[in-house]
Amino acid sequence: MSTTVPSLPVRLQGKLAILADAAKYDASCSSSAAERRDSVDGRGMGSTEGSGICHSYAPDGRCISLLKVLLTNFCTYDCLYCVNRSSSNVQRARFSIDEVVELTLSFYARNYIEGLFLSSGIIRDADYTMEQIVEVARRLREVHDFRGYIHLKTIPEADGELLARAGRYADRLSINVELARASSLAHLAPQKDADGIQRSMADIRRAREASRDRSHAGSRAPRFASAGQSTQMIVGADAADDGELLSCSQSMYEQHDLKRVYYSAFSPIPDAPGALPLKPVDAMREHRLYQADWLMRFYGFEVDEIVAGGENGMLDSALDPKLAWALKHRDRFPVDVNTADRELLLRVPGLGSRGVDRVIASRGVSPLRLDDLKRIAGSVARMKPFVIARDWNPGARLDAVGLRAQLLGKRAQLDLFG
Amino acid sequence: MRRPLHEPLVELDHPADVSGWRQSARRLLIEGVPPEAVTWSVRARGERVAGTDGLVSGGAGTADLFGAAPIESEPATLCPVPAPRVPKAFGGLCERVVCHRDPQRFAVLYRVLWRLQQGEPRLLDNAADDDVFALHRWDRAVARDRHKMHAFVRFRATPGVVPEHFSAWFEPDHHILRLTSGFFRRRFASMHFSIYTPEASVHWDTEQLRFGPAATRAVVDRPDAMEALWREYYASIFNPARLKLDAMRAEMPVKYWKNLPEAPLIAALSREAGRRTEHMVEAAATEAPRFARAAGLSGRAGLQGADAPAGGAFQGEVEGAGFSEADRHAALKNRRPRADVSS
Repeated sequence: MSTTVPSLPVRLQGKLAILADAAKYDASCSSSAAERRDSVDGRGMGSTEGSGICHSYAPDGRCISLLKVLLTNFCTYDCLYCVNRSSSNVQRARFSIDEVVELTLSFYARNYIEGLFLSSGIIRDADYTMEQIVEVARRLREVHDFRGYIHLKTIPEADGELLARAGRYADRLSINVELARASSLAHLAPQKDADGIQRSMADIRRAREASRDRSHAGSRAPRFASAGQSTQMIVGADAADDGELLSCSQSMYEQHDLKRVYYSAFSPIPDAPGALPLKPVDAMREHRLYQADWLMRFYGFEVDEIVAGGENGMLDSALDPKLAWALKHRDRFPVDVNTADRELLLRVPGLGSRGVDRVIASRGVSPLRLDDLKRIAGSVARMKPFVIARDWNPGARLDAVGLRAQLLGKRAQLDLFG
Repeated sequence: MRRPLHEPLVELDHPADVSGWRQSARRLLIEGVPPEAVTWSVRARGERVAGTDGLVSGGAGTADLFGAAPIESEPATLCPVPAPRVPKAFGGLCERVVCHRDPQRFAVLYRVLWRLQQGEPRLLDNAADDDVFALHRWDRAVARDRHKMHAFVRFRATPGVVPEHFSAWFEPDHHILRLTSGFFRRRFASMHFSIYTPEASVHWDTEQLRFGPAATRAVVDRPDAMEALWREYYASIFNPARLKLDAMRAEMPVKYWKNLPEAPLIAALSREAGRRTEHMVEAAATEAPRFARAAGLSGRAGLQGADAPAGGAFQGEVEGAGFSEADRHAALKNRRPRADVSS
């Protein structure tokens, strides 16, 4: 096993600075959902135990779980929102395949990372670039028996055989859809093809399904991206509203069986082109989209319902989307926590899915009072107007005109002291 | 040290001695000793016997040798104690909760075990119960501490040692060294490593896991050359346009910073973030680089000109003609945002 980089060339440090800087606009750093494995019977190192691990946090609050770098930030594409577009004057660099392999192993051995997230600018052509990316993963897996996490960015235009090989070595594959509107993509990223991106996602889904099937003889197909696929959308680079973004996500979750959609609020990039908004998009917009995405996936909400909680296709930035929805649908409340079914409990503001599980288990032992809810959920500030407990009925509070303002006041206080 | 039955004192081998607790609890249950009659304690460090110095292979702890029955009765071997009926989740809960530093943990666990046998078989489902609430709270605290240890242990290679040896110093909040050792063993099975804490240490030589005595931070005080690259990565992956220090501190509390090689950068990165962002927003659009102009690409000149690139000039750049060592060095000198702002 090779864990040291001999003599650490300064050159390598310079490349790392450029090629990590170039990769930071990809929000994903997830190392979760991989099959369970370890290095006990291997030559190399590495394990994945289901949930990912964030080994550090940058001052931007983002988790650092993987060594997230570009193989090169040279790119023939000219996507206007991208710091690495061909017309940008950022400094360029290119790692050799072994440099990425050595960095990954050296960082991993010191417990800095869970693995590698490798992407690249498009050099020469799609196939050549994809081949280089796949070769890094192949060497990690086959030469070094590396069993940590590997996430590869795939290039939609690349050959299907390369995609199959990528899926064999990687835990996760991703292709960024970038923009919800195909017309915006055509406008801002002229070399990208919205239909091609969708086709590639469908290919990955099919390959994943095929890898899970056993043949009639019972032999197993080779593994393929066991941690699934994800994608990323830029928020605020065009005029698409929250409803459009969420609808796009929902259709991708359904059609391509995505594990995650990442939302990346457009933020200023060095050497930005004139055609883009230069000011950062409100980070709260991104936050609300993530909350809405969660409601869609785990709480049984439809996009239309979530968007109806806000105004004109945009989510309410002052309130979390579940609370915003509840305030506009007060006729569905109060919900009796001692009798309501799971589906209904999931709609109660301030009650998460684990909280719902505990409510259901606890009320079977003895009827719940407001104090019990406080213990189960941590706080009842948001929940109180919407629930009935053994010793609590919100009565007219639920219909009070000032309820929104009151909850906003409470939120502000919570934010201040929480 | 044996005590008569009427005033049972249980002395456990080490602070996270779940096997000792389990065995004692079973015996107490059989004897019908109510929770309020039992005093739980942990043997003082100096007297510790098999607890932390023995060999441990696989997952079986030496604490299973807790043969010196703490209660005056037949030896365990002559009178095997049947396991009480408990919900499935209770076993895992015990293993984690015993690691908590709260001195009441053993007593509360025994009280819950007692109540489970005394007509409250569904007690664990009642998250609102005082005892269950305490167990859940401790469980969460230990789970978090364990997760943070998995995340924030930083190994340093010991220079000049063959085979390569990695060591780390870590200060957990709870007694979780044993609980976490399996994770490091499974992950770094082919690596020689040691993890030192203020309470004990663990050592893996690719075959056996060995627990050893406590240490101080001084055992791992030689920096590893790789830390310079790790810091470079940390600084470069940070996006100054989205400074969110509270979010960072919530997940990576300040108490861990002193053992993280990247943490000394946080202050300067945060301080300079605003200026770097302003600089990006205010910077005038620049002319596209030569290779892009040659390929007919010019983002700022207008979108319509961006047809598929012919390749030619651009490929030349990538393949090395236009990207010399001198360029790379110039790149390093000029591009680092931190260099921009520190001038």
